Amino acid sequence: MKTSSMSRSAAPEAAGSARRAAARSAAERRRLLKAGAAAPLLVLLRPAEATPEGSAAAIAAFTGGAAVQAGRIVFDISRLIDNGNAVPVTVRVQSPMTAADHVTSIAIFNERNPQPEVAAFNLSPRSGKADVSTRIRLATSQKLVAVARMSDGSFWQQTVDVIVTLAACIEGEVS
Amino acid sequence: MMRRAVSGSRAVGESVRAASRNTAAIAGLMGVWVFLMEPALAADDREPRKSGVEFVGESTRALQRDDTLNPGMLWVSGGETMWNSEPDQGGRSCAGCHGNAASSMRGVAARYPAFDPAVGHAITLGQRINLCRQNRQKAAPLAPESEDLLGIESYVAIQSRGLPVSLPQDDGTRASAEGGRGLYFKRIGQLNLSCAQCHDRNWGGRLAGAVIPQGHANAYPVYRLEWQSMGSLQRRLRNCMSGVRAQVPAYDAQELVDLEAYLAERARGMPLETPGVRP
Amino acid sequence: MARALIHMPESARRGEVFEVRALISHVMETGYRPGADGRPVARDIIRTFTCRYNGGIVFGMELHPAVSANPYIAFHTTATESGELEFRWEGDKNFSQTERRTITVSDA
Repeated sequence: MKTSSMSRSAAPEAAGSARRAAARSAAERRRLLKAGAAAPLLVLLRPAEATPEGSAAAIAAFTGGAAVQAGRIVFDISRLIDNGNAVPVTVRVQSPMTAADHVTSIAIFNERNPQPEVAAFNLSPRSGKADVSTRIRLATSQKLVAVARMSDGSFWQQTVDVIVTLAACIEGEVS
Repeated sequence: MMRRAVSGSRAVGESVRAASRNTAAIAGLMGVWVFLMEPALAADDREPRKSGVEFVGESTRALQRDDTLNPGMLWVSGGETMWNSEPDQGGRSCAGCHGNAASSMRGVAARYPAFDPAVGHAITLGQRINLCRQNRQKAAPLAPESEDLLGIESYVAIQSRGLPVSLPQDDGTRASAEGGRGLYFKRIGQLNLSCAQCHDRNWGGRLAGAVIPQGHANAYPVYRLEWQSMGSLQRRLRNCMSGVRAQVPAYDAQELVDLEAYLAERARGMPLETPGVRP
Repeated sequence: MARALIHMPESARRGEVFEVRALISHVMETGYRPGADGRPVARDIIRTFTCRYNGGIVFGMELHPAVSANPYIAFHTTATESGELEFRWEGDKNFSQTERRTITVSDA
């Protein structure tokens, strides 16, 4: 395979023109990143995005329209995130986790990814502790909501605002 | 500051030659000075070099620190399986010749890239693995950035975790690193930037929202969150070159190997962190 | 078979609550990412993860495209008796993988 010299007058690959347009402004990059995980972004796509209303609708579907109170949930997530592709998150709910009083499920929602649902965890008294962790994708800086359903039918929620740093250079070279 | 760390050994060499013309006592003092100049033994305030892990957020650092969290361990685990498996074409497994990797591969990754007399140029650890496959295992080489090659590379490299980067000092390897040094300081691409401009002169600053690290090669292969996957140092170098709008050399191009050799020399003495995690 | 790593204790006291950490390699293709031809690459994700302890479900998770590639899942469960924990991931394109670990539960 021919090796290229590192010349200043490098001719851009044909596939690169959309990339150069994308790299020109931060606003363009944010728009591209709303399309999902980072990737060679050649054509701009605008799928339906989650919005605060969409997020509220998803939460209402989870709760069946029941009232949600604030509290009892600790949302452990870094406020300033290096990269939105893999954001560690831990959700803990204060609960004795007995048959009479336990968390039955925990769900996480977002406002600015393409869809509002992130993940849902189903627990039981066997869990011992309502303490779950995973890593999630965040398309951009946004609010996250964790909602817990208790065995008595009540719902509790916690909201957190996170700032997502975007990578400076998008990987786009042809292999 | 970076150049002092690399050329320190040369300055020290000249001093020792001068001292040999004087008394043994002065030679002894020079010996103490050589000792103090060794980057691996320097205290924090004498060590201007910082691993990339010092520039990432706390949660990313936590991913690297804890093997139960580190996604790179999936590749290490896959590599261990490959190490112990015979290749499809029926040759010996890696273990068949090299036995227990923890002992036979200890220190190996810290000594690459290195000049290979059999092929006449410096090669990376990945190329060494493929040469072994072809010449000793009668197996097909693994594609660059393939899950299998990154797996074996990660498994071999983790056996050197914590050991200081220590490129061999033979003429062939030093020539490769010298060639890489020239590339490191050369401006490339439509943005007309050299590696040195970001990673020597502007480390700690920001490029868009991202902090610029010093660019040491002491954690590869690395799980890069941006890639959502494991990748080699060459992949990272090619990303940077693409980022400054330069023509990107093919995988295993000699200029990339030479640049890797320079970066290893530049990171001499820094502990290997493979599998690293970076944003 | 995707590479999977499970971290949990090999033994525990009866009634002790322990943490399980599970990692599996999977691309978790969101279905929103434009491919080389400009059209979105088809979704390919793990959709569910369940843990059965001697046959009974003790934990479940529903995953959506917002869960990162190479999903990491950590949860807690109580050491009730010696036996086998079975971890099962299922998803798009008939993806299915099962890992098993044994645990020894003592009264000491």
